[in-house]
Amino acid sequence: MVHVSATPVLALRGVSKRFGAVQALTDVDLEVHAGEVVALVGDNGAGKSTLVKTIAGVHPIDEGVIEWEGEAVSINKPHDAQGFGIATVYQDLALCDNLDVVANLYLGSEIKRAGVIDEVAMEARSRELLSTLSIRIPSVRIPIASLSGGQRQVVAIARALIGDPKLVILDEPTAALGVEQTAQVLDLVERLRQRGLAVILISHNMVDVKAVADKVAVLRLGRNNGVFDVKSTSQEEIISAITGATDNAVTRRQARRTEDAK
Amino acid sequence: MSDTSKTVKKDAVAAVEDASSAAVPVVDPRLLVREEGFKGYLTEFKRKVRGGELGALPVVIGLIIIWSIFQTQSSEFLSAGNLSNIGFFLAATGMLAIGLNFVLLLGEIDLSVGSVSGLASAIFAIFVTNHGMNPWLALILTVLTGIVIGALHGWFFAKIGVPAFIVTLAGLLGWNGLMLQLLGDSGSLSIPDEGPLHILGQRSFFMDQDIAGAYLLAGLGTAAMLAGSLIDQRRRRAAGVPFRPTSEIALRVGALAVVSFVAAYVLNQAFGVPNALVIFLAALVIVDFVLRRTSYGRKVFAVGGGIEAARRAGINVALVRISVFAISGAFAAIGGLFFAAQTYTATLGAGTGDVLMLAIAAAVIGGTSLFGGRGSVWSALLGMLVIQSIRTGLDLLNMNTALQYMITAGVLLAAVIIDSVSRRSQKAAGRG
Ligand SMILES: Nc1ncnc2c1ncn2[C@@H]1O[C@H](COP(=O)(O)OP(=O)(O)OP(=O)(O)O)[C@@H](O)[C@H]1O
Ligand SMILES: [Mg+2]
Repeated sequence: MVHVSATPVLALRGVSKRFGAVQALTDVDLEVHAGEVVALVGDNGAGKSTLVKTIAGVHPIDEGVIEWEGEAVSINKPHDAQGFGIATVYQDLALCDNLDVVANLYLGSEIKRAGVIDEVAMEARSRELLSTLSIRIPSVRIPIASLSGGQRQVVAIARALIGDPKLVILDEPTAALGVEQTAQVLDLVERLRQRGLAVILISHNMVDVKAVADKVAVLRLGRNNGVFDVKSTSQEEIISAITGATDNAVTRRQARRTEDAK
Repeated sequence: MSDTSKTVKKDAVAAVEDASSAAVPVVDPRLLVREEGFKGYLTEFKRKVRGGELGALPVVIGLIIIWSIFQTQSSEFLSAGNLSNIGFFLAATGMLAIGLNFVLLLGEIDLSVGSVSGLASAIFAIFVTNHGMNPWLALILTVLTGIVIGALHGWFFAKIGVPAFIVTLAGLLGWNGLMLQLLGDSGSLSIPDEGPLHILGQRSFFMDQDIAGAYLLAGLGTAAMLAGSLIDQRRRRAAGVPFRPTSEIALRVGALAVVSFVAAYVLNQAFGVPNALVIFLAALVIVDFVLRRTSYGRKVFAVGGGIEAARRAGINVALVRISVFAISGAFAAIGGLFFAAQTYTATLGAGTGDVLMLAIAAAVIGGTSLFGGRGSVWSALLGMLVIQSIRTGLDLLNMNTALQYMITAGVLLAAVIIDSVSRRSQKAAGRG
């Protein structure tokens, strides 16, 4: 087990968020320590992306407390979160279609030389970063609009690594990725942990979760439904927490298949 | 700022680097590699045109056609005197088009620029003629007024959420009303031919009509482009990123040299380069630099390309919007002074009629997209060349205003069609 600090980098206490008539989050608690990978799982619509967006400042919380390194803070806009060192890869990627890859990677944190954008340095660094993520992009100077879904995903992930994040949040980062790129991203998550960064990873893929996460936090219908230690918890237990019952579609299907096999 | 961010970036990149030290940078075999030298430049150019990236091509072709037509109708059209006229008169509307260019990059529109320019000329005239204020101080106050007016439009749009179209439509009427109110009892006001208004006027030329002046400007422009390209090429080569081949640089700089020295020669046949045109060109260079090379310009493009993405990148979208409308207001006010300097009067009709349409047309004809996020401020120059050529040509042929309006409208429509079509074929070529 990697060494984990005493005060969590980020702690959510009783966070709630409403969208009109939808109570997306109710009383959610979450803790992430430095050097720890927390997987956030839950069914579609459980509120995972909403939780991520509250942390990232896209949707300010209605109630509750966000603590950053032990101190209560207010995060009202993306700029606040970036200031603390929170880097987010959103499920809906949010890149500027008209700007090229380099401009998107450095958007909001351009490298400057005497007040002028240093395109050459940015381009050189972008090429390095992307080639180590083993992604094939025709050119770093073409607009994002002309990239495939997976290529955009990698650009979005690479974007989170520009700057000096303390907490990296990845909302389904491997959903659109090929076999090799998925492995690269999982490797990357492990490296980030070794460097002492905190990582929140959202994924529907239990194999990925078991492979890289230390803890699994389950959300169900916008509420906490348990935090599990990955090493000592079986996949079935996590699935029953996600679906909310030991008798669920997944177990029933498994039972049917063992029956058929007989 | 730059120093810390640089070291920081090293760390983040290093994190990834050891994550995949085994990864070898791979080149996609499907990528169409560009050939070296001039031939590569040509094939690349053909590919771009087919992909809908027409750039300045339609305008240049259009300009050649327009000039040929007018020249066959009136041999005076391509005379030095007439071309010099085109160069002088395009500056005023061109200033408005520069400001509009910012707004168009956001994918918005500012319908008030004509009225604001008229109001600005009235305010300047009242300050100078009625109150005897120092014209330079009056100039500063006038431009400040433009900035405040633009910022007000931007505030209603960005903070209250009123569509920019409606806010500036109200501005179109309201600021024109204010101008009429201010000029009310005096009618039009004449302004003395001195200070800034003299410089912007028809009797003021770069380096006092000295022949060397025009060539100096042409030489400076060419030299700056050559030096800039070569420095960029060297830095890129040193950093190991793709760079422009020397042959392409030679071609581009050569083209600029030919165009600018021919223009200088022609203008020298008349009186030299009007200072109004010099100021307009200087504004273009500065604004182009701001848009392409500063983080403010990058923010404008980002907001124009995707508001949500810009917001999540930590960009203060409301501030960018307000500032862009303020810039538009500032250029409208400056343009108003250019108009006033054409006749040394603030007239009741200033900034009305087709002024607004021509400014919008210039930006769009020059290639700035109405859909936001795409374009260059040089479109103001290209578009104004087309529009002013048409206007001066029709004047030469003694065509009446009715016909002028219809023809200009046709050209604007053609430009918008090209914009929409090229956007569509860009989508098809994956460059939406
Ligand atoms: N901007 C919004 N406006 C209104 N309702 C929203 C908004 N964003 C999310 N919701 C609602 O909040 C709930 C949680 O959505 P969320 O996107 O957080 O789910 P999720 O757990 O990320 O699901 P998935 O696994 O499909 O990504 C849903 O019921 C959704 O309809
Ligand atoms: Mg989601």
